[in-house]
Amino acid sequence: MKARKFLTGALALGGIAVACATVHGQEINVLAWCDHTDPALLDPFTEQTGIRVNVRDYEGTGAGLALLDQSRPGDWDVWVLDSPAIPEVVALGKLAPLDPADFPLSDIPASVRNEGVHMVDGTWYGIPEKYGYHGFAFDKERVDEADLQSIEDILDPRFEKRVAVYDYYRPIMGMIAASLGIYPGDFDEEDLEKVREYLMNLKPNVSVVADIVTSQTALATGDADVLFGGGEYAIATIIPERPSLDWTIPTAGSVRYEQSIGIIADSEKKDEANQFLQYVLSPEGQARLATSSCFWGLPANTKADLTDEQKAILRWDRQEEYLAKTTSYIAPTGDLAAKAEAVWAEFMQ
Amino acid sequence: MGKASTDRFTGYFYVTPALLVLVIGFFVPVGIMAFASLSPIKPGEWGMFDNYARFLGQPALLGALWNSLFIAGIVALASVAVGFPLAAAIVFGVPERHQRLVLTLLILPFWTSYVVRSYAWLLVLAPNGVVNQALMSVGLITEPLRLNFSVAATAIGFVHFFSMLATIIIYSGLRQIDKRLLLAAGDLGAGSVRAFVRIVLPLSAPSIAVAAFLALVMCIGDYITPQILGGNTAPVLPQAIMNQLNRSNDVPMAATLAFVLTTVVLFVVTVCVPVYRARVKS
Repeated sequence: MKARKFLTGALALGGIAVACATVHGQEINVLAWCDHTDPALLDPFTEQTGIRVNVRDYEGTGAGLALLDQSRPGDWDVWVLDSPAIPEVVALGKLAPLDPADFPLSDIPASVRNEGVHMVDGTWYGIPEKYGYHGFAFDKERVDEADLQSIEDILDPRFEKRVAVYDYYRPIMGMIAASLGIYPGDFDEEDLEKVREYLMNLKPNVSVVADIVTSQTALATGDADVLFGGGEYAIATIIPERPSLDWTIPTAGSVRYEQSIGIIADSEKKDEANQFLQYVLSPEGQARLATSSCFWGLPANTKADLTDEQKAILRWDRQEEYLAKTTSYIAPTGDLAAKAEAVWAEFMQ
Repeated sequence: MGKASTDRFTGYFYVTPALLVLVIGFFVPVGIMAFASLSPIKPGEWGMFDNYARFLGQPALLGALWNSLFIAGIVALASVAVGFPLAAAIVFGVPERHQRLVLTLLILPFWTSYVVRSYAWLLVLAPNGVVNQALMSVGLITEPLRLNFSVAATAIGFVHFFSMLATIIIYSGLRQIDKRLLLAAGDLGAGSVRAFVRIVLPLSAPSIAVAAFLALVMCIGDYITPQILGGNTAPVLPQAIMNQLNRSNDVPMAATLAFVLTTVVLFVVTVCVPVYRARVKS
């Protein structure tokens, strides 16, 4: 009797352990931006493959690196990050090599595919999945698009306390640098001083320096007429409620954000992680990611299954023109990064 | 073992779990934070106190500390200014059998998410929000006031929460006052104002001090409300700490700023507690 009870208990415990191991093996942990938390993106993948995706939303490459440093090897499997940060994180040994044959690279425009950023020593480490623009998001009922042709336009006194600024120094400084004709790869201390001068001139016109959600609220409530650094990512989700919102990029050009997806170097589920990457880069995955409830953006795969209405909001027909006029934003490191952040802190005070 | 030793042993036995929690949950993390603040971001790059030198050398970070202290001070005073009359109205104006119900109704709105309440204030204070609409409808203003994304909006968001806390704390203090003292004062010829100033206010001073202290300490370390309502127009130190972590991945500098904030709070405690004790004794 005692032996039977012991055996039953042992079998039950063993069954639980196997079940846990099985459940644990059918999930991957993803470090990503908020657009990857949308169930409309994740649920179809789980239904197709049985792999559950746990997404941790984070802000900024610095925060991502901090999270990885505080985690144990194997805790994370997939990382969605700023494309310009890929060489830096590869140098830190954080990303695993990828097999380009697994992904539809030929369907991604060359300027977005950008082998110079996604490949290190001839090996792919990240695949571009989504991009968008930093320009001006504005309310058509209060501002004319013709009045937003350059960054100099928003220095006009009539924009006093009417300009919201996206709270991330890299794209904003990148926009200013692009307007000054400075290529992001050449950005140096002398250029930073010119950027600083522009920002101090802009200060009287700034009503708020905020993240995406607060910036959207500022535009929607009338606390700001223009979002400097805004684009489709800032307003596409609220256009149904506020059809007067629109976006544009300066005539002289601007910057675009690019996000890429890769596999964490010490992931213990690289096969499952690769399946997720392939799904995200498929036409249906790309359409769902592009129109995610957190923020919209342009899918890297030109064969994404978007509707005509979605394409109109994303200005799909102008992509060739916009890609030609925009570059990645600045990604300073070391001393230059510290000085850029100090300038940004001075701008916000 | 004598009775005194047994009592002492029993005392240590009961206190030890709490002490362990305090050591593990507070002193050890603060020690780690202090050690991190003395570390260079890269080995060999800085000297031991260079993070503090960097903090003192950056006007933006000093400004963030000043903003934190200024806003926390304003909020503490305003929360008490709102909470005291409310608590007094409940204690002296509401029948005792209804007081708990009134307090429950007071707390009810705060069962909602703190983040949601902060965003709700953004809508209330917006140019097309209810405050501006009300002021314009009665003709007090012709154009909407700019209320959002300011120190004032941050303070309003804080006072909304901390005035509730102050009300509950001051209510507890006012409840302890023997109402017969007020009757006696009336019999001796004191009017209601004189009785309030000479009896109610001094006896409720400890609870007022506790309410102000808690509001100040909790406000000074808050990140959410300034981030949502402040619009980075006057960043506070918690926002500067998050920027160091999220943007710069500069953990030593973030630890430095956090240690400065902790030191400021400990200083406030060091000053306030003896004053409170002296007040209670007197």
